[in-house]
Amino acid sequence: MSTAVSPSPTPAPSAAAARPTTQRRRSRDWVHALLMTAPALAGLIAFVAVPFGYAVVLSLHKARLGSDRPPAFVGLEQYRRILTDPDLSGRFLHALLNNLTFALAVVPLQTGLALALAVLLNRKLRAIGLFRAVFFLPVVFPMALVAVIWRLILARSDQGILNSLLHQLSFGHWGSFDWLGSPLTAMASVVVLSVWQGVGFQMVILLAGLQAIPDERYEAAQLDRASRWQQFRHVTLPGIRTTLIFVALLTSVLSFRVFDQVYILVRGGGLNENATRTVMYEAVTTAFDQNNIGRASAITVVFFLIVLVLTLVQRRVARGDDA
Amino acid sequence: MNRTIRRIADHTVLGLLALVFALPVLYLVIGSLKPSDQVLAGLSGFLPTNLSLHNYAAVLHSLSSDSTGHFWRFMGVSLLVAATVVAGGLVVNSMAAYALSRLEWGGRKLLFTLVLLLMLIPFESVAVPLFYLFDTQRNTVWIQAAPFIANAFSVYQFHTFFQAIPLSIEEAARIDGAGPWRILFRIIYPMSKPAFASVAILTFLTQWGSFLWPVLMVDDPSVRPLPLEISVFQGQQPPDWGQILAFGVLLVLPVVVVFAFFQRWFVQGVAGSAVKE
Repeated sequence: MSTAVSPSPTPAPSAAAARPTTQRRRSRDWVHALLMTAPALAGLIAFVAVPFGYAVVLSLHKARLGSDRPPAFVGLEQYRRILTDPDLSGRFLHALLNNLTFALAVVPLQTGLALALAVLLNRKLRAIGLFRAVFFLPVVFPMALVAVIWRLILARSDQGILNSLLHQLSFGHWGSFDWLGSPLTAMASVVVLSVWQGVGFQMVILLAGLQAIPDERYEAAQLDRASRWQQFRHVTLPGIRTTLIFVALLTSVLSFRVFDQVYILVRGGGLNENATRTVMYEAVTTAFDQNNIGRASAITVVFFLIVLVLTLVQRRVARGDDA
Repeated sequence: MNRTIRRIADHTVLGLLALVFALPVLYLVIGSLKPSDQVLAGLSGFLPTNLSLHNYAAVLHSLSSDSTGHFWRFMGVSLLVAATVVAGGLVVNSMAAYALSRLEWGGRKLLFTLVLLLMLIPFESVAVPLFYLFDTQRNTVWIQAAPFIANAFSVYQFHTFFQAIPLSIEEAARIDGAGPWRILFRIIYPMSKPAFASVAILTFLTQWGSFLWPVLMVDDPSVRPLPLEISVFQGQQPPDWGQILAFGVLLVLPVVVVFAFFQRWFVQGVAGSAVKE
């Protein structure tokens, strides 16, 4: 995993004379190094490693918040229930399916749009900086705010902007559809607002990839009278292949973590809960509303395993990029 | 000739896309300046009529009592938490990264592997046990910041950057008798401004929008951060849209200002960090 380019641990014979000082320095450095790493390490252990271990432990227990009874060990019962118990597994697997639907829609849509934007913006056009800023701007918007804005755009009454627009365009035939509330369009709505917020992020990464393609390749393609589309197919795409795969995988990891917009819109914005409940939403409501910490922990452990697999795939691809 | 047409076509396509893309932002800004009953009013919500700063005044005024919460308090909590996480994170994570990337000592390989492993654990999968472990610390400011100061990914970012600095510079200082701390503060830090800028910006951005953790840990308005408050605010019945959007502008303004000033670093930070991950 480590790609550290450390100096060779065994000094060359000619440097043998310098050895004692190096050794002394090393032993002294050891103390400094420990002091330097201690604060970060303490934080990581206290707030990541220990809670993670605790998640695994809690997932094997029946635990409640504010209860006098200590957590009771139940073994793999929580996992069995969320995965196979007919009363519960339906709910959990449905959330998992919602995650999958979300990722399957967001990943190609967002990556494709980001690629299109990056290609369009990778030109020497006037005001190109301004255009880039416009597409990047929503990335800095907190999801809590994005949810509010889109709640208004997608409002079910004919006062909602989208409905009002459709009303005008259809001469009054359409115009009061409940975009967030209808099970048909609830997930699509979440996808649209998430892509709007996130596409600038991917765009910037792809833009960096595009700018690394040497100009000569395009010049050569132009000499061969390649059309714009042919240049895109045979120069651009191969040039950013690994970046593109990487971006798609990164998006899939990020999309799996979707929570804020779903939670906010379900709670206050009339979003169809059943159609948009995701795994993290399920974990939070199980812990928070049902006060079932054990089961919530089991859900987050399963969540972790899925994200882990996605991340490992992503790492492998990213490393392929270096080679 | 052909080229001119192409140029116009490019500009038109981009212009249209940008317009569609900017509409929600435009709506936010216009809406925040309009009377509340004219915000959710179909396409006329876009018409810049009756513009005034009334909603902003009302947000600052109506959110200024103990029952509704204080706007400046929400802002203060968000700023305090973000500043703590960014400043604390820069110091703690860069120090660790230096020790792990530049100092020769026994435990470094092992510890760096540990950091890389911890990077695989997303915050979401430790949120529930943290919530359970720190139940008694709910509704405090410190618990909102504490879990995010030490950050494996930031350590990794600094690590990557420090490794690119030539060893010879450090060796020269060593020969002159400088110790590791002196080298860190006097040589490494001054050379690493871009790394600090991009880590700081990315940390600030993530922290400013943080929602999941406050949802779990905060219900007392006196320590509520802005993103949580806007979700509470927009859930009230009947919603006062003008004020909610004005609140939204005030929520995003600090980031937009930072973004405007440090745009180059901002974009580099995002692109660099993601590609290197």
